[in-house]
Parts: sequence; structure tokens; C-alpha cells
Amino acid sequence: MTPNGDTQGRVAAPEQRSLPILQTVTPRRREATPEGAVGMRSRVPQPAYVAPPLSSRPFAAEIEAWRQTLDNVSFLELADRADALRREKHPSSVVSYIVDRNINYTNLCVTDCRFCAFYRRPKDAEAYVLAYDEIGRKIDEAKEVGAVQILMQGGHNPYLPLDWYLGLLRYIKEHHPIHVHGFSASEIEMIVKVSKLPLDEVLRMLRDAGLDSVPGAGAEVLVDAVRDVIAPKKIDSSRWLEIHEAVHEAGMHTTATLMYGVGETWEDRLEHLLKLRDSQARSLARTGGRYTAFIAWSFQPLHTEMQDWDLTLGTGMDYLRTTALARLVLDNFDNVQVSYVTQGPKMAQIALRCGANDFGSLMIEENVVSAAGIDFIMPESEIRRLISDAGFEPRRRYQDYGLVSEHDEGCPCCRWRDLVTVDS
Amino acid sequence: MDRRLSHALAPHEHGPGPDGGTGPFVRLPTFAGGHYDCPAVKDWNPQPDFGMAPALATEIRVAPTDRKLFPILDKVLDDRRLDRADGITLFESTDLLAIGALADYANRRKNGDRVFLCANQHLNPTNVCILRATCVFCSFARKPKEDGAYTMSLEEAFHEASLARDTPVREFHIVGGLHPKLRLSYYEDLIRGLRERHPGVEVKALTAVEIAHLARIEKTTVEDVLERLRAAGLDTLPGGGAEVFSTGVRATIAERKLAADEWLDVHRRAHAVGIRSNCTMLYGHVESMADRVDHLEMLRSLQDETGGFLAYIPLAYHPDNNELGTSLGREGTATTGFDDLKNLAVSRLYLDNIDHIKTHWIMNTPKVSQIALHFGVDDLEGTVRRERIYHEAGAPTPEGLSFAEIVRLIKDAGKRPVERNVHYQEVRSW
Repeated sequence: MTPNGDTQGRVAAPEQRSLPILQTVTPRRREATPEGAVGMRSRVPQPAYVAPPLSSRPFAAEIEAWRQTLDNVSFLELADRADALRREKHPSSVVSYIVDRNINYTNLCVTDCRFCAFYRRPKDAEAYVLAYDEIGRKIDEAKEVGAVQILMQGGHNPYLPLDWYLGLLRYIKEHHPIHVHGFSASEIEMIVKVSKLPLDEVLRMLRDAGLDSVPGAGAEVLVDAVRDVIAPKKIDSSRWLEIHEAVHEAGMHTTATLMYGVGETWEDRLEHLLKLRDSQARSLARTGGRYTAFIAWSFQPLHTEMQDWDLTLGTGMDYLRTTALARLVLDNFDNVQVSYVTQGPKMAQIALRCGANDFGSLMIEENVVSAAGIDFIMPESEIRRLISDAGFEPRRRYQDYGLVSEHDEGCPCCRWRDLVTVDS
Repeated sequence: MDRRLSHALAPHEHGPGPDGGTGPFVRLPTFAGGHYDCPAVKDWNPQPDFGMAPALATEIRVAPTDRKLFPILDKVLDDRRLDRADGITLFESTDLLAIGALADYANRRKNGDRVFLCANQHLNPTNVCILRATCVFCSFARKPKEDGAYTMSLEEAFHEASLARDTPVREFHIVGGLHPKLRLSYYEDLIRGLRERHPGVEVKALTAVEIAHLARIEKTTVEDVLERLRAAGLDTLPGGGAEVFSTGVRATIAERKLAADEWLDVHRRAHAVGIRSNCTMLYGHVESMADRVDHLEMLRSLQDETGGFLAYIPLAYHPDNNELGTSLGREGTATTGFDDLKNLAVSRLYLDNIDHIKTHWIMNTPKVSQIALHFGVDDLEGTVRRERIYHEAGAPTPEGLSFAEIVRLIKDAGKRPVERNVHYQEVRSW
């Protein structure tokens, strides 16, 4: 039994040296210097952004109603409403967090999102793809310190065939079993394009190979006019929602995100949230997966093409109002996470009284946000101190938001899945 | 001389009060034991609620979830003074939003929706300090021959002062170590020189600890030092060096520093000769909640007596690069956002006789400081060019914010930015 072959006749991982650009390197962290860093993007002039008129938007009446609420309700009252709904949904005083590791299997990407500091073009000397055994080594390290999942995301790499992903998932489940929360909607779209197979079939194959759940990245702002400015080559908002609903139909959970502070308006943020609520309602009406959580974070401009744009970047007030608003609008979402990586420990803690009930993940490794110069990674003891200090009980959790207890033997959703696999 | 200076020296109008008749005075039902019915919390439907009215200056629209806060809510609505037990209850509560709403109410009564800012620059003439070995919370001080020790010549200080010119500086904030050899004449020349070189500038200089030190090495009285500095151009005293007044805490963190009653006495004497001052507390190290409230109580008593304090500034202890942080095993654990906001909000409620509460964004971060504007704070400090003391202690914040950035933070929080002078008089507003 080798990483690249397998006794049960499954698809073997492709020979990596047949793909010229593939090399194994450990992602480098950039120094956060305002002037020049290796691989920094050339600055792109800022296109004019004209927000779509309200009349052309879906959910126009509701957007207008929420907008009125935002204008007329004080910050503390809005936060208090969100806090009341959080208490209703989570009456116990637990604030959970997950121990996991971000594994960015490739940084090679052809989508050229203007807000991203992480990706490298195919010919860039710093472009990389991690080998299976390196990913396995990272998983083992993470498991040693108690990780119960890996968050596996990467660039949209057209050189990686579907079999590479399937082989990787099987390799992980065979040799380094752990919950795999991986491949955001836009990566799945690239896999679909490269494989030329239908979406639902790709998802079924990924799931059967070992994919457990799908992260909510790549949503950015789900308003196409905004996407045209910040990520013109990325999937549009309806395709993002379509892929997530297909993932739910395939029986896997996903999360959802919002990246704000890229020049969008409050109407854009509201349209984003209302589209998510609507999508969740459709998924809840079917059996299968759903959105388990929502996470908002603010755009970090350093080292991106948008670094010099004249943007009103997210302030502290912006973050807390956005979090509170999301908690209120997304009344069919169970969980709202804080983003301490972008907001810092103080703001993340305050957000626990503005609608959020989960501290997100204790990341053993993070490469994407830190590429943009922001690095608030903390030890577990500090996360627990912040949660306790806010009057809550800190608890480790799994990806499905079940709490970790002493007698568990690994992630319950994965164990359940192992049983099903053995039975069949 | 009338020692109540507040009207003589701070002639600004006050915000709308409960008797000012600006709209309905909404009083939440009082907790009557057992069950509290608040329709706002209980039966609220998480859909857009068109019934939510704009927040009025004389309302509290956030109901406490911590029942211990109800008696305090009553007192705040009745404008009655909080006692020591109330202070401890507030510090121990985690009902952050309710505490904020109470403090916001108290602040709006005093200051309306104004938030003060100023174009200021810090100047730390020396980091040589005779308390280097005993003030264990400090990352800034050096012994005279230690690595990194510096003392600016007057020319260097004037050069440093002229570096930040993007917005004309209106206020210099001058504090430093207790240098064993720098005489009073140095500080007189420094202040006089700054005023000559920057016409119109105001000077807030030398904490009570430094004033007492100068009186000691000059073998003269505190009043004499103050009068000579005022003749050179000093306007007000900053509030540093108060730390925590508790004798036990002081013995732990600042054994040889000016004792509590001596610190208060310098301010009392300053107020008596007509020099107003700020006051502070350094929180987040070894002090108890009772220590904090006792500290506030002592400040409130002195303010009752003199009326000379302009503003109170809670200062967050930063645990990096100092002996205290190391021995407590606290490196890398700054004060929490909750604690920062509670210190600001509780002081707004407790110090009912001090007009202004200031957030020092260098410690609290610009993000938390902006949120603090809804937690009782009416002063967002200023541009703070060239701050050294907190950055030595590991503060991860930028070294200065531009005036435009601060104005934007205030507007974005829904408040009205007002540029102030050192006496909190309005210079301009937006």
C-alpha cells in the first residue's frame, strides 16, 4: 500500500512529475511591509462602482426595510436584538471553537481576484502544489495537537485533474483519517470544468472519496455588480448558491461567508444576506445538508491589487453592525462565527454580544489572510480566556457544531460515515 | 478663590438633560423579583421591525439581562450617585450591552452626541527614570547607562516636536521618566521654547509624579514648581502616574512611586492654583474589582472638593517587555475588549462629576475605541504623533492616526466630531 496506489483498485493518484508546474514547497509567509514584498501584485486602477438601483434587486422591499432599521436603530439596540436572538438559539452559555489546520494545497490560480494576496499565476516561481505525503504530514501534526478537522482550500488550479482530488481524499481517509472540510464553491467549479463532468456527479465522487463538508469561501459579496469589480473571473453569485445547494443535496453541510469593505453598499450586504437566507430555506426544505454557520470578515488590502484603491475599509463599528445584522437576517442559520483573524482578539470577543456564538477555529496554520499582512493567530489558552472573560463557557467542537467530550473517538459525523462505508 | 473651577474654566454648553424636555423619558419597568417582562427582549420577532423608533437622547432602549443591574438602572435614570457596591457589581457583570447603554445614556446627558478629538503630539523627553527597578509594569524606563537610555537635548526635543506637521499640532503631551539630574529649568526652557516655536499651541505636561520629583530635587514646594511651569507656558497636567491607588497593589507594581495621597495632593494643589488636570487608572494587572472602585471613589471625592479634573482616562496594562508581565506569565495577553469597554463605561457612570471620559486608542486599538463611543466615551484622544511608552510595551497599534481618519471613525459611529483645545473648548466641528 503506497500513497499513490491502492489495493482495492481505486484510482491511483496521477504521477505528479507529468505536470511541469507541480512542486512541493512550504508556503512562505510574507513580511508585512508596506513597500514591496516578493510577489506583490501590480496595482490595478480602481474601476468605478455603481451600486445597482434598489428596484433592480431581488428582495428589494426587505432590503429597504432593513436599511431603515439600520439607519434608525442605535448600535447598542441593534446589538442587543442580535444578542437576544443568539440567546434564543443558544440558551446555554457555551461559546464553541474548533481546533483545525488550514492546508492550502495549492496557491496556483488563474482567477486573478483583485482582493487576494495569496494566489500565484501559473508561471510564478512561487506557485506550488503540495504533495500527498506533505499534506499527510501536516494532518498528523495537527492531529497530535488535537485537531478534529482540516480546512483544505487552494487556488483554482487548472492543472489538477479530478483524479488528483479524489486520490488525495482517499489517501487522507486511508492513512491520515480526519474530517475534511474542503474545496470551496469556486474550486469545485474549476474541478467541474477540468473534468467536464456534471456538477452533481463531481460532488458525489468527491463525497464518496472522503469529502465531508464544504467551506463557504468565495462568496465575497453575492452581488454580481460588486463581483465584476473585485473578482471579474470568479463564478457569479447564482452559480455560487447553486453549487452550495447541490452540495447540500449531495448530503454535505457547508458554511457561508461575507467579505465586506470592498466598496460595496449596505444594500449589497443586505442582498447578500437575503440571498443566503433564501438559499438556506430551499436547502432546509429538502433533506440533506444545510448551511451550518455564517462568518463575516473585512477585506485586508495589503499586497493585493486593490491596495491603493480609495475604499472605506471596514471599521470596528462596521464589523459589529454587520455581525449583528447577519445574526438577525439569517434567522434560519444556527451559528454565527467571529473572525478574530481579521478583527483581532478584542473585537472578536465583543462580537460575542453582538450575535456571534462561535469563536471560529484555532488555526494551527493560516496562509491566506496572513499573506495580506494581518496575523492575529492566538494559542488556545488565549481563546479560552477571552470566551470565559465574556461570561461564556469555552468548548471545543466538531465541524457539525457538536461539542467535543472526553469519551469521543474522533469526529462523530466521520465515524458515522465510516460505519456506513463499512456496511455497504 | 472659588475652588470649584468647572464653570470658570470650561465654559461649554451641556448636552440635553432629562429636564431639558427633549422627547419622552422612557423608563423601563423595574425588576420586582422573580420575573422581569421586557417585551423588547421577549417577544421580538427577528424580522424587520418597523416599530423600532430612533434612539432618543433620553432613552435607554437596552434591557439588562443581568438582574443585578436593575437597581443601578434605576439610579442612573434618577441621576442618583452610584455607591461602591454598584461599582463592583458593574465591573463583575458580563452584561456588556446593558452597561454600555447605561453609560451611553449618562454620556449623552453630559455631552450630547459630541465626540472630542484633538491634534496632539506626544513628547517623551527622557526615558531615564529613578523608578526603573521598582515600577515593574513599565517597559519604557531605563537606568542612566542602560541600553536604549536617552535624554533629549532641548534642540533634539524641539526637532522631535517639529516632525509632525501634517495637521498643525494644537496640544503637546509631555511626559517622561524621573531623571535624577534634569532640573526644573530644563522643563521651563522646553515648554517656553515649544510655545515660541509653535504659536497657539497648548501644553499638557508632567504628571503628578514628575512634579513631586522636581519639587524634591529643587528642594521647593509643589506650588512653586507649578507656578514656574505655568509662567513658562504650561496649561494643564496629564493624569498619569495614578496607577491604582490601593496600597497593596502599589507595593506590588510600583513600590517606590508617589503614594496615592501624595498623587492626589499634587492634583489638589494644582487645582487650587487654577491648573486643571486629567486623571487615570492603570487596570488589568493585579488589582481587584474593589481596588478599581476604591480608586474611582478617591478621584470622585477629590473632584467633589476641587472640580479641577477635566477628563478621566482608563489605561490598559500591556504585559509585554516588562518584569510584571513576565512574572505573571501574562506575555501576549493584553486586556480583553470586554474589560476595556467596561472600564470606560463604569467610569462614565461612577465619575458623575467629571465631564469627559477619554479612550486612549493606542492601547484600546482604533476599532475598540470607536465602539467605545457607544459605551460612555466622548473623547477619542487625538492624532498622538510619536508615542513611545505603550509601543515599548508591545501595543500593536499604529503610531499615529491622521486627523481625517479619526473624524471618519467618529462619523461612522454616528457621532459628531468636535475638535477641542486643551480645556475642552470647541475649536471646530463637522
